[in-house]
Amino acid sequence: MPYIPHTDADRAAMLAAIGITKLEELFDAIPAEHRFPPLNLPEALSEMEALWELQALASHNAVAPEYAIFLGAGAYNHYIPSVINHILMRGEFYTAYTPYQPEVSQGTLQATFEWQSMIAKLTGMDAANASHYDGATSFAEAVTVALTHHKQKRNKVILSPNIHPQYRAVARTYHQGNGTRFVGDKSGRATLDDLLDLLDENTAMFAVQYPNFFGQIEDFSNLAQKVHASGALLCIVTTPIALGLLKPPGALGADIVVGEGQSLGIPLSFGGPYLGFFAVREELVRKIAGRIVGDTIDSDGRRAYVMTLRPREQDIRREKATSNICTNQALMALAGCIYLALMGKHGLRRVAEVCYHKAHYAAERIAQLRGYHVNTRLPFFNEFVVTCPRPVAEINRYLLEKHQIIGGYDLSRDYPDRENQMLIAVTEMNTRAEIDALVQALEAAAQNS
Amino acid sequence: MTTQTAQAKALEPLIYELSSSGRKAETLMPKLDVPESAPLPAHLLRDSLELPEVSELDVVRHFVRLSQLNYAIDKGFYPLGSCTMKYNPKIGEDTARLPGFANLHPLQAPETAQGALALMYTLQQWLCEISGMKGCSLQPAAGAQGELAGILMIRAYHQERGDTRRTKILVPDSAHGTNPATSAMAGYTVVTLPSDARGGVDLDALRAAADETVAGMMITVPSTLGVFDENIQEIIKIVHNRGGLMYMDGANMNALLGVVKPGELGFDVMHFNLHKTFSTPHGGGGPGSGPVTVNEKLLPYLPGPIVAIVEEATDSEGAPRYGFVMPEKSIGRLKAFHGNFGMLVRAYTYIALHGAEGLKAISHHAVLNANYVRVRLADAYKVPYNRMCGHEVVIEGRFPDAPDIRALDISKRLMDYGFHPPTNYFPLIVHEALLIEPTESESKETLDRFIEAMHAIAREAREAPELLRSAPHTTPVSRVDEVYAARNLTLCCRLPSAE
Ligand SMILES: Cc1ncc(COP(=O)(O)O)c(C=O)c1O
Repeated sequence: MPYIPHTDADRAAMLAAIGITKLEELFDAIPAEHRFPPLNLPEALSEMEALWELQALASHNAVAPEYAIFLGAGAYNHYIPSVINHILMRGEFYTAYTPYQPEVSQGTLQATFEWQSMIAKLTGMDAANASHYDGATSFAEAVTVALTHHKQKRNKVILSPNIHPQYRAVARTYHQGNGTRFVGDKSGRATLDDLLDLLDENTAMFAVQYPNFFGQIEDFSNLAQKVHASGALLCIVTTPIALGLLKPPGALGADIVVGEGQSLGIPLSFGGPYLGFFAVREELVRKIAGRIVGDTIDSDGRRAYVMTLRPREQDIRREKATSNICTNQALMALAGCIYLALMGKHGLRRVAEVCYHKAHYAAERIAQLRGYHVNTRLPFFNEFVVTCPRPVAEINRYLLEKHQIIGGYDLSRDYPDRENQMLIAVTEMNTRAEIDALVQALEAAAQNS
Repeated sequence: MTTQTAQAKALEPLIYELSSSGRKAETLMPKLDVPESAPLPAHLLRDSLELPEVSELDVVRHFVRLSQLNYAIDKGFYPLGSCTMKYNPKIGEDTARLPGFANLHPLQAPETAQGALALMYTLQQWLCEISGMKGCSLQPAAGAQGELAGILMIRAYHQERGDTRRTKILVPDSAHGTNPATSAMAGYTVVTLPSDARGGVDLDALRAAADETVAGMMITVPSTLGVFDENIQEIIKIVHNRGGLMYMDGANMNALLGVVKPGELGFDVMHFNLHKTFSTPHGGGGPGSGPVTVNEKLLPYLPGPIVAIVEEATDSEGAPRYGFVMPEKSIGRLKAFHGNFGMLVRAYTYIALHGAEGLKAISHHAVLNANYVRVRLADAYKVPYNRMCGHEVVIEGRFPDAPDIRALDISKRLMDYGFHPPTNYFPLIVHEALLIEPTESESKETLDRFIEAMHAIAREAREAPELLRSAPHTTPVSRVDEVYAARNLTLCCRLPSAE
């Protein structure tokens, strides 16, 4: 039997010790009529057969590098330094549990402490937690912090329509049972001023994205002041590579900064496992969810790390906990930590610059094509909106079938009035040749209708 | 850091302490093959970026040294109750990293992701089959998120029927903390039910609490005390008769594979922890994956999108076409994209390697191992529910004739014997609880060595209690001061420049 080491002699000796003769007797407490139901599953495979089966499934997917990919919208094809996988594959890291026993978990604990430190510096905040499931659930948990901060006396949350649609959807799922009112994103066209008009004494949180879902860098310079004047908290959703260049959200006055850390050395992997990060100002630390590691000393006075502020968590506080989160994305945070250490101060900035310049090169060339319009009203980082001469789905089908290109995101999927609008992402992985091929293919796509 | 921690001897310096101005990993710097465009306006740019400046070798050595400070399944026996720390087959790491999966963007057109969708569809079917349910969503990222999905579905079900009086969820006092926390998150009041002397739900208390204001009940099977509740069918009947729905916390499914299907017992919804039962590695605390399965009643409410066949195969050789669909009255999405897909690949691999007989063998041997440990420890430790247990057994880590010794001391001392300790202080209703879950991957020899260590510690508790109270003695650090951490809160390193 797979991975079960018992010999017949072991089984016999163990059953005798327990005082029974057959394995089946272990289950006498289960209602007899439901005991040992047949399981209709395929025959067990050997390891090589399983590998073949999985390889066959994997081969039915179209992926980079065979295909050039210009799809982003919250998940990005960045380079993953080789070191990361080598470290993640160490059994000492990936086959350990949550570090409840600090004396035998200093590796995980110190790495988590370093991750928290780097995220705090990157976002310009005072503290960060160990991780959340992904950017979207980090955002949903930020809403909880805002509600708790206001002692449940305010229940309105203002959402910019320029926040990732799936993040807004997840926040609504999480809070459907507690009477939170989400406003601001109904039309998809609200400006920052329209949103600010919604602020009142019932507003718990005001949320924006930076750069926004469309890749644009909105002007948030006086935002915090206005939001804080109403007593609400300001939450900024962000993306870490952009912060290699951009002013950190902390400097813009954010109270809570959340986002998706997938760009930091984590594969696309069809959407997960990813890495939600969560950073706050000091005053909010005791209200946040999830695991937090702090430093301390051991009984011999040596430096050590340990999970702290534990009385916020579900295993201790139960129904009064800040969240139900238990398992998080620890190994992904380790990947993010290694990525930020490897790229470091110079490398992260360099990656950000390269993404920026390549995206602008692509945008400039596409803007010259007949029938295409690139939205450059606001500065952008590595994603931009192109209005196409035909529905995006049609163009993408052409790019895929004729040019092995995975095109940008079809914005009409989430914003019905953004017909024919494509969100294109460019990273350091897109070569000039790929970008030029995209431009040519788009040109051809406009004609081939 | 406090001055004390900053100056304390460190096993391994912080990565920031290894930093040296101007150093970088040159080969990782991407090159620019297009002309530079106009830079962003200066007011949008940051002035400084406080990240480490280290070489690639610095990074490799740093993290390898850190890894060596961890205990892990790959190093030894890890009987952490409620966590199912079984062997994580290496092949799962390979299949999850196949480029066809690892490089697949979640928003690609379904036509370009048929392999991934087929895998997800099949896994949905397998989980339904294993649990005796009718529908499955792979969205939840972990057990706790599966619970939230389940309770929100129960809420949506009652709301849809205009049944708005139901404001409570029943939760046994032995439950894992995520159960009450989830109920509260979904907007419910938690009613805690006491356990009876045999570790089951107190039926009288249940009957008294189960009224028309109860939306449902969350219960773990086998219970967190490691025992099968013999009254499970009666419990389900009581709640159903009052119009409530039954949620099964499936964290303990390692005891039930091919043994009983929760759907057949009458449960309406449950979650799996793929990172327990189907052996996707815990990663030092995550990622996990917590799919939910439901019966007909809750089918329309599943979190989505889920994978469905959108076009049947045209001939017997051909493959059907798979796509994402949103269930009709879905509670919505729980995370961006489609769940922790990489964990789904590992779980699929694991189930494929086992088949029906293999899965059944898992539960049989997991339960065999737990009961063997139970009977062999019963003469040295109090076993509060000393009857046939499931895949784990709870004992009390205290001795009447060694009053200073607590479960924590026993746990720390176990580290000196080379074992990871059991779960401490959970379930909360057992005094000085030590919850031991051996899993099926462990051999009789390993269990015997663990049992011997536990006996030796029980002797030491009387003869040399200080050895326990000052344990561990052989670990990278000695007993860690949790109070100091909470009193001198430092959650990230201060840079030398900032001090
Ligand atoms: C009984 C029980 N329920 C629920 C959970 C929560 O699962 P997760 O940590 O995956 O969120 C756990 C995990 O520790 C558990 O042991």
